[in-house]
Amino acid sequence: MGEFEVHRVRFFGLVPAGVRCLACQPRGGRLALARTDGAVEVYNFAANYFQEKVIPGHEARSVEALCWTAGDRLFGAGLGGDITEYDLARLCAAHSVDGGGGPIWSMAANGSGTLLAIGCEDGSVKLFQIVPGGIQFERNLDRRKGRILCLSWHPSGTHIAAGSIDVLRVFDVCSGQTVQRIMVNYTMQNAKRECIVWSIAFLSSGTVVTSDSFGRVQFWDWERGTLLESHTVSTSAVLSLAVSEKEDSIIVGTSTGATYQFQLLPVKMGSLEKRWVRTKPFQHHTHDVRAVAHSSTALISGGLDAQLVIRPLMEKMQKKGYDAVLRKFIFPHRRLVSCARKARLLLFQFSQHLELWRLGSTDGTGKDGEVLPLRRMPEHLVQLKSKGPEHIYCSCVSPCGSWLAYSTASRFHLYRVRYEGNSVSVKKVPKVPKLLLPAYQLQFSSDSGSLFVASARGSVHVLQLLEPGGCKHLHTFRPPSGSPEAVYLLAVSADGHWLAAVGGDWAIHIYNLKCFKHHCTVPTYSCAVTALAIHPVSNNLVIAYSDQQLFEFSIPEKQYTAWSRMVQNCGLHKVWLERDSPITHITFNPKNPSHILLHDVYMFCVLDKSLPLPDNSALLMNQSTLKQLPETARQRQLHAFKICKKFQPLLFADLLDENCLVMVERPIMDIKTQLPLPIQKKKFGT
Amino acid sequence: QLYSSSLDGSIKLWDFMDGIPIKTFTVGSKLLALYALASSEDSVFVVIPKSGERDTFQLVSVKLTKAAGQDLEAKELSVVLDGVDASPKHIAFGREGEYVASVKEVNLQVYFFKQKQLNRFSVSTMKTKSGNNHFTCIACHPTEDCIATGHADGKIRLWRNFHHKKEYTFSTLHWHHDTVMDLAFSVEGTSLLSGGVESVLVLWRNESDCQKDFLPRLGSAIEYISMSSDGALCCTLHTDNRITIINSNLRFSKSIQGLIKSRGVKTGLVVDPRTKALVLNGEPGHLQFYCLQSDQQLFSLDIVQRQYIHQAGLNQADLVKVAFSAQGKWLATVEEREEVTDPELQLKLWFYDEETQSFKLNTRITMPHEDHITDMCFRDMDELEDDSLILVTAGRDCVFKVWVMVEDTDPEAQQSVSWSCDFVGSYHNYQATKCCFSEDGSLLAVSFEETVTVWDSVTWDLKCTFCYPPGKIRNICFGRLTCSKYLIGATDYGFLCCWNLLSCALEWSAHLNVLVLQPDPLSEHIAAVSWLSKESSLFVFKPNEPRPIYIQRNLCKEKIQLAVFVPRDEPETIGSEKYLWLRRSQLFFLTDTQELMTLSTKSLEERLTPSSKQLAVEESLPVTPFSLLLGKHRRQQSQEDVDLGKLLVRNKHEQDSPAVKELLHTPAHVLPSASFLCPIFINSLLISKENKSAEEVADEVEMESEKTEDDSDEERDVTETEQEDTSPMESLGEMTCKLPKSQEKELRKIRKMDYSWISAF
Repeated sequence: MGEFEVHRVRFFGLVPAGVRCLACQPRGGRLALARTDGAVEVYNFAANYFQEKVIPGHEARSVEALCWTAGDRLFGAGLGGDITEYDLARLCAAHSVDGGGGPIWSMAANGSGTLLAIGCEDGSVKLFQIVPGGIQFERNLDRRKGRILCLSWHPSGTHIAAGSIDVLRVFDVCSGQTVQRIMVNYTMQNAKRECIVWSIAFLSSGTVVTSDSFGRVQFWDWERGTLLESHTVSTSAVLSLAVSEKEDSIIVGTSTGATYQFQLLPVKMGSLEKRWVRTKPFQHHTHDVRAVAHSSTALISGGLDAQLVIRPLMEKMQKKGYDAVLRKFIFPHRRLVSCARKARLLLFQFSQHLELWRLGSTDGTGKDGEVLPLRRMPEHLVQLKSKGPEHIYCSCVSPCGSWLAYSTASRFHLYRVRYEGNSVSVKKVPKVPKLLLPAYQLQFSSDSGSLFVASARGSVHVLQLLEPGGCKHLHTFRPPSGSPEAVYLLAVSADGHWLAAVGGDWAIHIYNLKCFKHHCTVPTYSCAVTALAIHPVSNNLVIAYSDQQLFEFSIPEKQYTAWSRMVQNCGLHKVWLERDSPITHITFNPKNPSHILLHDVYMFCVLDKSLPLPDNSALLMNQSTLKQLPETARQRQLHAFKICKKFQPLLFADLLDENCLVMVERPIMDIKTQLPLPIQKKKFGT
Repeated sequence: QLYSSSLDGSIKLWDFMDGIPIKTFTVGSKLLALYALASSEDSVFVVIPKSGERDTFQLVSVKLTKAAGQDLEAKELSVVLDGVDASPKHIAFGREGEYVASVKEVNLQVYFFKQKQLNRFSVSTMKTKSGNNHFTCIACHPTEDCIATGHADGKIRLWRNFHHKKEYTFSTLHWHHDTVMDLAFSVEGTSLLSGGVESVLVLWRNESDCQKDFLPRLGSAIEYISMSSDGALCCTLHTDNRITIINSNLRFSKSIQGLIKSRGVKTGLVVDPRTKALVLNGEPGHLQFYCLQSDQQLFSLDIVQRQYIHQAGLNQADLVKVAFSAQGKWLATVEEREEVTDPELQLKLWFYDEETQSFKLNTRITMPHEDHITDMCFRDMDELEDDSLILVTAGRDCVFKVWVMVEDTDPEAQQSVSWSCDFVGSYHNYQATKCCFSEDGSLLAVSFEETVTVWDSVTWDLKCTFCYPPGKIRNICFGRLTCSKYLIGATDYGFLCCWNLLSCALEWSAHLNVLVLQPDPLSEHIAAVSWLSKESSLFVFKPNEPRPIYIQRNLCKEKIQLAVFVPRDEPETIGSEKYLWLRRSQLFFLTDTQELMTLSTKSLEERLTPSSKQLAVEESLPVTPFSLLLGKHRRQQSQEDVDLGKLLVRNKHEQDSPAVKELLHTPAHVLPSASFLCPIFINSLLISKENKSAEEVADEVEMESEKTEDDSDEERDVTETEQEDTSPMESLGEMTCKLPKSQEKELRKIRKMDYSWISAF
């Protein structure tokens, strides 16, 4: 693997926002997730649950409910009182309509995707008709006091069940009248305590399932208004509930961080009598599980601890493979850190501000594994706060460290940074050209002479940076066949000759920067690109896909390289393919052209193209065993993948120079300390 | 209908109202567990070892033929499940006998009878820090397709949908911190009972983790749980030999309890002089007072007075020694906590409070010795006042300590006296092992490894020492009444020695591996229990003569740990000369499996009439199932019947002997064990011979001197008397020369006597 001097950076104080709600696309392969800061993310099941799209949040726009309608339209509603439709191609809020009933707590679409029902603070349930290009208010249903916390349509679309405080109600959609009112309160030693129905589901059999603040999951017959079954799963509230499409399985999430599965099982073999049975408990979260979703093959839960947990159902799996692994996502699948290699600076992107840090330095040397004493401590140079309520989409620092750029939904900012001794001055570049906003990715050229801005509709703008602080729009690249999707990843060659751009349709376009024209398109592969980079020497484009495949594409020759073909023929190691998190960054070692450095959240890997690929019988993670072997035996055991798991969770890794690495870690414990205390639970033996 | 199975391979059908076996089916191999289903009356399921393989077992169904007759052969076996566990808790039959589920290690297999389908499931073998998740027990829901399994890590899993190989599912209930010992569903199946080492019965309602009720403080670990068929009662069987009956509303109803089985009887058997109750370890940290006459626990005295934590692997304080003063006024107890490096010791002295009728703690001495206390005794002087009361403790820290009562000088103290150390004695830095006072209290004998030291109890001077190398002293005791000049000691080298205190010389010795040496407090007799070739034998002797007055060979197969003489309320009139030594006291034994046994003096004839009752009393610990016991008796009886038949032909005139009559007419299942019957039966046949008693004594003496030889040798003796005579003498070594000449002569004479009557049997 070689020896590196490693900057182990732990001062990136990122606290991911908690998960507020989840929505599975009906009969589709996508999951929409909203965070407490208003950000909306879309995960693609087919692409190994890759975080495909991110719509950054907005201070004024909280999201309490998400809803897929008509296949792929995504609506969100929140305490701001607006219903917003999201543009998933341009990754921004398309348009919003005021609900007219105060803060909106819940939203649900009917089975055919033509109507949206919202539950408001004032106790009203309003119906909106979904029309092309927007929604139209249709009518109000019977209004009673008490906020409507949850809503569920009967699959046939004739009735709506709504959960409120102490009560659940069933509305007839045609007449708009309340046809059933069921009290769910809980009397304990004659003291009446408020019972909040946190979540509700209406099954096609006519059963209404509720989860409430007393930790109960209850099954009601809505026509008779009687309780069918009651399961107490927790001493604290059951906050969320989701039903599988076949209606034979339910997942609930509690405020202790536990999730439980309920299954509809036959009481006796062969008999028709079926009963809901609580089966599997899972404890993956530490805090409230605010949202759960039930896909056809997995139980999905999201909590205030910012974790998205995808637990595949083993019995639905055909074989053990990368589909069947438990996935826990805390960090975004894209880069929030950028590095100025020459100036040894790191730029950290937070939701509403940026931090620029100078790395510490040392003059000591030591053996493998030793911690070197710092001569100069890392230094926090600048904090840039973005103005306005919008959250930052992307940011970048130039390799020389003197330029800094970021973009929000409506504005693009470019700064010139000057270092005079110990003082740092930041000056905004005036009169940036009007571009197609927002920018989804920013990338400086390696000589810091130009800036590439990834934009909507597959376009990439090229800005020329001018001393002493100005810029000029040079060119805009567009894919020859056009594309509706935004570009989300960029890669520039070190010689400034080539630019690679990936859009939401996963097509990789390569542009020639010298003559500003489209060079070629990499053959499309059926999976999302998670990272790409151009080799500084050979100008080969290395691409990592979300199914953990690696490709190498020679730009000058417009074809896959021989090594890439060899990898495809031999296949990658099983353990490599079964990893659950995508490669988020690729870089190279200019001194060692055969080395490719890549990392995901849990590992850092040096891929040596000159060594043979491991076969499935070999040990993939063999660094520690190699160390114990004598030199001759080590030679025989060597293979291309040299994996280091010392740094976890790894947000960013880059090579500063030939033998100096920077690793940005964010220990989970540091995030936990930023969260409110979890519900105290008695642990046996303490 | 009640069926029972036994290890000898027979299944019996009983009339349980009258206690009479109706039919016996012989299967042939060992039967380890028996299951009967309501749906199939003509067949039962048994677990048998798989032929040819060790430690593998299979579940087979046995067809019980309807043919008439008492003894039937049941040869129609069909294997249902292979590779099952031998424990009956590991197999359960499901709803209406549709399926059978069996667990072994981490595997669960379910066999559906109708579909002839076998499904196997397993849990991960990964060891967690709370233990492994091996299956420990199984129960099936009475009306639904649901299986509950208990695991070694304390979890209960409820399996459903197990007729699908893949889409099965289970939920987990977890409360127990240690192995779930047994599970039982209620009759309707709405609730599940579980129990384990925590001695808490847990009631799970609706298979929910949140709705559970507990019945705590059941005393000791729960082994089995059983529900009555009407669902009104449930009963739990505990490791300490107790059955608790519990109402359906989880209210304690009744407990059936005799002698408590404790984890180890470290205190020995002691008789409370006041109540004549047997005192020994009971519940952990408690002393139980067990009434022998009524087979009941009188009361339980909490000595350690600390919360006992029901968890495996914890070292908790336990009672190790106990001693009563002669009148039962004082009780001394020693408790210790097993620590390898430094044991935690406490000596407590309790005063009997007449008002409250219980013992009251008077003095607590922490760390009375630096190391474990090996023995403790009071100076037994009935007539003397309190101030002469002395307690002696011997410790492994090479000293013995003498504790006396002192007046409390502190006027604020609630009690007038307390105990303090008066004298510390040691001998060449050897570990003190045993101590005892002579009958009059003037002498104290303390054994230090190989040496017995005798001390004056007034001046605490060392009077004399005895030793019998090369053996460490295992037991010592003084003779009583007329034999008070003798000191008896047993060494672990297999010698029993008697020293004369007046001459300070060895009086006699015998080669005998004595485990227990117990003097009768009311007579001169001393009982010694030996352990040789896997059987315990009892010898009763007087110190003044080296000849035992009573020998009971093969008393039992288990090692006898402890013995005690319990004084009778009034001396019994004993007809047989053989049992004269039992006139004033009764001898009780405790084996290492904690079975309490006694010797009965009554002849068989007397005991036969109420024998069914006596049987229960004598075997006061029904550790082996009743069916097994009966099965064993019956088998032996039938063999005996054959033997008897032959004899009867020859001794027609003896047939009207009451013993024989009773023997032949009493139902077989109420007869005591054959080992009881045999000698008595023989006696009854041999009454005509006049020198019977002498002969018997002779026989016994010879047995003793030939300790090292087989029983078969005795019969050869008849022809080789002279030859045999010398060999045992050699084995005894020079010490045998100390036997008086006259005795030796007598011995020889006896040997030459006619033994031909033995060979008749």
